[in-house]
Amino acid sequence: MKQPLLQLANLSARIGTGPRAIRPVDDVSFTINKGETFALLGESGCGKSMTALSILRLLPQPHGRISGGQVKLEGTDLTALPEVEMRQVRGRRIAMIFQEPMTSLNPVLTVGDQIGEMLQQHLQMKGTAKLNRVLELLDAVGIPDVKRRYTEYPHQLSGGMKQRVMIAIALAGEPDLLIADEPTTALDVTIQAQVLELLQQLQRDTHMAILLITHDLGIVAGMADRVAVMYAGQLVEEASRDCFFTDARHPYSLRLFESLPNVDKRDHALKTIPGFVPVLDRDFSGCRFAERCEQAWDTCRTQAPSWDITTDHHHVRCHLADRNITPPARTARDDTPLAHATPGTGTGASLLEVRDLKVHFPIHKGVFKRVVGQVYAVDGVSLEIPEGHTQALVGESGCGKTTVGKGILQLLRPTAGSVQFDNTELTQLKGERLRRRRTDFQFIFQDPYSSMNPRMRVGDIVEEGMIAQDIGNSSQQRRQRVDELFVQVGLSPENAHRYPHEFSGGQRQRICIARALAVNPRLIICDEPTSALDISVQAQILNLLKQLQNELGLSYLFITHNLSVVSYLADRVAVMYLGRIVEEGPVASVLEEPLHPYTRVLLSAVPQIDQDTRREIIRLEGDMPSPANPPGGCHFHPRCPDAMPGCRERYPGETGTADHRVHCFLHQ
Amino acid sequence: MIMPVILWTDALIFLLVAIVTGFALYARGKPHLRAPWHHVMCSRLGSMAVVILCAYIIIGLLDSLHYRPAIENSDASAETHYAVEVLSVLDVLVGPLRTRTEKTYSAPFATQLFSRETVQHPDGSQTRKYPRLEYGGRHLENPAADARADILQRSGIALTQTLAAGLAVLLLITLWQARRRQLAFMASLRDILARRTAVPWLIILITLSVLLLLTFLAINLATAYHVLGTDKVGEDVFYQTLKSIRTGLVIGTLTTLIMLPFAIFMGILAGYARGWIDDLIQYLYTTLNSIPGILLIAAAILMLQVYMANHPDAFETTLERADIRLLFLCIILGITSWTGLCRLLRGESLKLREAEYIQAATAFGVRHSKIISRHILPNVMHIVLITVVLDFSGLVLAEAVLSYVGVGVDPTMNSWGNMINSARLEMAREPVVWWSLLAAFLFMFTLVLAANLFSDAVRDAFDPRLRQR
Ligand SMILES: Nc1ncnc2c1ncn2[C@@H]1O[C@H](COP(=O)(O)OP(=O)(O)OP(=O)(O)O)[C@@H](O)[C@H]1O
Ligand code: SF4
Ligand code: SF4
Ligand SMILES: [Mg+2]
Repeated sequence: MKQPLLQLANLSARIGTGPRAIRPVDDVSFTINKGETFALLGESGCGKSMTALSILRLLPQPHGRISGGQVKLEGTDLTALPEVEMRQVRGRRIAMIFQEPMTSLNPVLTVGDQIGEMLQQHLQMKGTAKLNRVLELLDAVGIPDVKRRYTEYPHQLSGGMKQRVMIAIALAGEPDLLIADEPTTALDVTIQAQVLELLQQLQRDTHMAILLITHDLGIVAGMADRVAVMYAGQLVEEASRDCFFTDARHPYSLRLFESLPNVDKRDHALKTIPGFVPVLDRDFSGCRFAERCEQAWDTCRTQAPSWDITTDHHHVRCHLADRNITPPARTARDDTPLAHATPGTGTGASLLEVRDLKVHFPIHKGVFKRVVGQVYAVDGVSLEIPEGHTQALVGESGCGKTTVGKGILQLLRPTAGSVQFDNTELTQLKGERLRRRRTDFQFIFQDPYSSMNPRMRVGDIVEEGMIAQDIGNSSQQRRQRVDELFVQVGLSPENAHRYPHEFSGGQRQRICIARALAVNPRLIICDEPTSALDISVQAQILNLLKQLQNELGLSYLFITHNLSVVSYLADRVAVMYLGRIVEEGPVASVLEEPLHPYTRVLLSAVPQIDQDTRREIIRLEGDMPSPANPPGGCHFHPRCPDAMPGCRERYPGETGTADHRVHCFLHQ
Repeated sequence: MIMPVILWTDALIFLLVAIVTGFALYARGKPHLRAPWHHVMCSRLGSMAVVILCAYIIIGLLDSLHYRPAIENSDASAETHYAVEVLSVLDVLVGPLRTRTEKTYSAPFATQLFSRETVQHPDGSQTRKYPRLEYGGRHLENPAADARADILQRSGIALTQTLAAGLAVLLLITLWQARRRQLAFMASLRDILARRTAVPWLIILITLSVLLLLTFLAINLATAYHVLGTDKVGEDVFYQTLKSIRTGLVIGTLTTLIMLPFAIFMGILAGYARGWIDDLIQYLYTTLNSIPGILLIAAAILMLQVYMANHPDAFETTLERADIRLLFLCIILGITSWTGLCRLLRGESLKLREAEYIQAATAFGVRHSKIISRHILPNVMHIVLITVVLDFSGLVLAEAVLSYVGVGVDPTMNSWGNMINSARLEMAREPVVWWSLLAAFLFMFTLVLAANLFSDAVRDAFDPRLRQR
């Protein structure tokens, strides 16, 4: 049998000392063969990144260390190598790219220098040989105009470009194994598609193996040869991709599939995984998933399941898969989804009407702060949200989605246009009258942590809005209401005395929702409320939002870049590009029969789990232009696969039906 | 009978103490406020610095309780008169140090004067010799032969006392820890000695023992000798340095207390309001910054001197005069030093203003005043604290420099600056009189070093960027 490239044997790592040390990696074994893509999947806090760092012996110092097991790279045990030799391995044999391209590049060195440095260190290249190789590498990762980019600094590059440069640096040492830790999480779908394609192509050319760490099942389906699911520091399932997607056995894996939102689950509550990943600072007596597992029985709590081989190359760490243990006969699994009314059951009377909204930011330059130009962040957006409905707003980062939300709420004063809320013109409201009116519309931010003052108790945070709006007469009444709200969003009222950092991401987002509900709003603008959360937590939040809509008749403006969330939650969707809406219509028709080329590109770029429905990815050239200097004519023409000569001339007007509007000359 | 005297600076010091105590009580129930302080105490250098600073602060506070003693009056019915001289509790505690003045210079531990004098003998003959000191080593029959043994013996006593006191402290700490952590006494003791406790009690204990040793040495020796010599008019230098502690602390803390409200208010306002208010405040502090600080201070102090010369009866005692000048110095130093903090706070508020939780508060229609007091202020406090602690040692040093230049505290006031200033002439003498300078240097150095170590620990504990690990 040929030797595997990398072999982890019972690897364990510890952070800290004493009995309360964290054990982020506990007895992990897997192998990666040459030229193979191995995906490591799991929620945050399960130890995926720590596994990768242990392989490279880069655990956080001074407290982290490998406490057992071996990492064999073609037979050599890396854990036993002296540090000097380990440095030869890092970058040369195994390279790593990180999630945040922004922070992993040195801001004061040019791109060329940073790649050159690696070449010099690992391949002892110098002079023109080095220069040529750098240019070659930049070219290989698909960076246009390499001669110019060579001398640029990281801040002059967009996020996607930076990630490409990171990949170029990683490739410089011609590694046998590339560890990619969530390489595309910080990127937009279209850019993500580009980067993933690049990785695949590089793998074909160089035959390197990839350890791909991700939480996105879609990416796994598109990229991986083999898949391992990690939970609470251990692998719980490992299988080939096809086997995993057709025959996943572990209850945790199954639940991950079930919590993904999509069109078919629209009328039901999503399945969620209750509870959280346990803190890894203790010994476990039984199955680590038992607390959250629907199928757990007594044996699960007392006896740890072993890393059994069910069939060839399919490992499952669950008693259900163990033939020697018979599970108790189960009462029929409770499969009936929570009854959920179909969305969009409001009265249908228009609640919010946005006409031609514009928000421009002046660009100041020089000592006298002269205005030298404008960022056209939002440039003529019209929307209408009826009572009790959900309008989604999708688009790439930087296209102005958040600015639309803030412009509507008057957190940013619009440059032009009108915002009618229940027949009041908000743009004209000022001072005290606007302050009073704020009780009707609320905002939920993307990052629940940064939207709460870290020095206030969450109870006070929720109460703050009520005090400002004089809701509840006495502090006792308000406290009671806070308790009710906590219950409503599924948290115990005792939590009110704790501080934000003591909660998990999903809990924090629940608190933010409770805070918004505290002032009895009729419209809530949700700015990517789930994009910082894990899949299973996202499902909980989506369920909560849907349930609240049914109970209270709320309207949502749901800002997101996740199209599967849109298909699950929204009634209508608007697609935004560079400050303008390019297509708007009911979810079904926009997502099924997109009219605008940009919508089609977006849809094609979403990684699909289902192999059959996977679409041909329409490759989008380049990055989104700057909103300070939008291209003339149709804003999309420099990147549009269907561009016609006329598209350069002027901006296409609104066409289509009243129900499904689009701005594109293809449909004039 | 005594008459308490509350000087301006005393009042402000007690205000400061009240604020700090109030904050400490408030912070007790708030884990997020308590945590960074715990962190400071857990760092080795930090806890050491805290112990040393506490010693200084205790001396400074004792020296801030002022009173005027009644003049002995044979006629009991007559109304009591009070001495013009204002004393402090410290003066009482150190007792004879204040009153036992020699004729002129004498070296540390000397039993005779530093310079030869012509002595008239009863028989009319004159000799030039080093006369014996009036107080230093008075108890000795034969100073030249016995002094050394006497000093050693007294040091030995001090050492024993220190050992006893140190053991007592260890016992107390261990008992307290054992009760708090519900451990057996021996287990707790072992933890402390093996440095297994979060707070490095062993380090604290060692520092404390060193301080105790110094105290006992002072108690045993300073009563019989001038341990740091005497100055030109025969005053005990050790006493002077002790009295200088208060001056240094006052300058270091009151200056901050005075400038803090301005800096915080203006800085946050500029950052939060932006627009023309921001421009105005920026203009203000840039202008102030571009005037050389020393000029401003010199001008202000000279003006005050002229005013005092013209209104001699406005002040009852010399100490009150000196005190007003000290306060004035604090104010003027405060005016020249608030700009740095103001600028920092403006930057931070500009950033915070865009923070999502501030936006969230705005979206709820929370009033601006509330946003500032509940959201911005608590989140810039760490910057304020770090700056205050960092500034402290700078201000103590500034006092020394200013007094040296002649625009510092009143010449009659004990301060390290004045001691250094007088050392200018002493160093020019032959042989050199070095002890005033050394004493001032030692005390100031220890304080500044401790303050710097403390500020490092505070910065580590409070700066969120350094805390991320
Ligand atoms: N205060 C500001 N001053 C200048 N430009 C700004 C400001 N706020 C946003 N912009 C610019 O406006 C454009 C739209 O930003 P916005 O935050 O609305 O994008 P977004 O679609 O929400 O992106 P993401 O998906 O990353 O959240 C961006 O180019 C951004 O740089
Ligand atoms: S072992 Fe038991 S608790 Fe663990 S996953 Fe399997 S069924 Fe669930
Ligand atoms: S108008 Fe032209 S460039 Fe714009 S999206 Fe339509 S086809 Fe493409
Ligand atoms: Mg955004």
